[in-house]
Amino acid sequence: MDLKRVGNQTVAFTSPPVILASYSVVGPMEGRGPLGKTFDKVWQDNINGEKSWELAESKLLQEAMQGAVEQAGIPLSDVDYMLAGDLLNQIISSNFAARKLALPFIGLYGACSTMALGMAVGSMLIDGGFASHVLVGVSSHHDSAERQYRLPTEQGSQRSLSAQWTVTGAGSVLLGQSVTGPRITAATLGRVLDYGETDVGNMGAAMAPAVADTLLNHFQDLQRQPGDYSLIASGDLGMVGADLTKEVMLRSGMSLGSEYTDCGLMIYDKSQDVHAGASGCGCSAVVFAGNIMQRLKAGSLKRVLLVGSGALHSPISSLQGESVPGIGHAVVIEG
Amino acid sequence: MSQNMRPPTLKITPEEYKDLSTKLTPKPTVVKNCIWAFFVGGLICAIGQVIINLFVAGGLNPTQASTAATALLIFLGALLTGLGIYDEIGKYAGAGSVVPVTGFANSIVSPALEFKREGYVMGVGARLFTIAGPVLVYGIATSIVVGIIYYFLH
Repeated sequence: MDLKRVGNQTVAFTSPPVILASYSVVGPMEGRGPLGKTFDKVWQDNINGEKSWELAESKLLQEAMQGAVEQAGIPLSDVDYMLAGDLLNQIISSNFAARKLALPFIGLYGACSTMALGMAVGSMLIDGGFASHVLVGVSSHHDSAERQYRLPTEQGSQRSLSAQWTVTGAGSVLLGQSVTGPRITAATLGRVLDYGETDVGNMGAAMAPAVADTLLNHFQDLQRQPGDYSLIASGDLGMVGADLTKEVMLRSGMSLGSEYTDCGLMIYDKSQDVHAGASGCGCSAVVFAGNIMQRLKAGSLKRVLLVGSGALHSPISSLQGESVPGIGHAVVIEG
Repeated sequence: MSQNMRPPTLKITPEEYKDLSTKLTPKPTVVKNCIWAFFVGGLICAIGQVIINLFVAGGLNPTQASTAATALLIFLGALLTGLGIYDEIGKYAGAGSVVPVTGFANSIVSPALEFKREGYVMGVGARLFTIAGPVLVYGIATSIVVGIIYYFLH
């Protein structure tokens, strides 16, 4: 049997899955940001009448995933697999959304890289002939993440300047087969790298090496250069992580030019005072499902490399003094 | 990190990366933070003094007045936390709003609000002192040690 693998870490799809529809739902703060108009739905407040932050996050995810299916105009029962993940313990936002949608469910955990991971795995399922429609979605919620990873939301403390702001939002894509639409042509799944960062207020620095490693391997596997892409977007490295990635890439013999950006730098503007940028599963998901998909469809982007970035720690591991391992997963989307 | 990674690998060692990361990470604005902390902390204490003076003018003796003022400041800290204002003050004031007794109120009320959804026993009850707990444990432990030393010196 012909393997679809190219090089060490990359798969190139023989019949590339098409993104049939995408949908994004965000909180009010994200709605006020520079990308506000690109989201399909903006909540008026962070909890939207739910009983808890966790249920609110699950609702975000559910709305995003249902939104994608409705936009594609197929019945929910045509979806073969639901792939979802989030940041909460035991991925409960996804589990609870899956309880509502009642589809065959594969829960994924790649921390904030889960959107790219889900798109890669979903594409494998379709190109491998195991599914005709795969629904991928991820969520994050500022307040549910704060209380799990940091402090109660009303605690009056100062955040460090390298800290990032967890996005309240969920993004979803429906993958399938079609003649038209943006296609996922390749994916490079990353390996876990740990350069010893222990500061949980500097996630960008913890994840940057893993993202750079995935980029390096991606370009070698496909014999490509950064210039072969109209956009290379990392997931949520933020200001510090994006600068570090560029510098580490440069030292490793590859320079990222103006085509490189980070989704974490796109969601909020300076006046929103979030310090180093946005983070969370929802960060790359809502930027991709909104802004990037719209530009792909309009033809202003030809070939996009989305590199989800994840910090694979837990509050317990950090308290025990462990450093923060990072991961980067890349998917190629062509308009 | 694994020593035997398949190439291509990053051409940077963890030590070099640490240096680079330190260089590219913004430093805390210490001077600005100190100025904010000084003025907001001072303001809270000044408000406390005004309250004490008012209680004294109202007929309490100084000890009673400062106890009553502390109680009132704790109430104000709790109220501002409940209204979602105290964390906004803390964002700018830092230690200036953490150290006074209003900050202690904030550190008790914020977990109470946050964990109410897990119920009054395992939520509020068990998590009430997540932030203030360490302060109490080591504060009380220190006071015992200081008390013993004081006892033997006198």
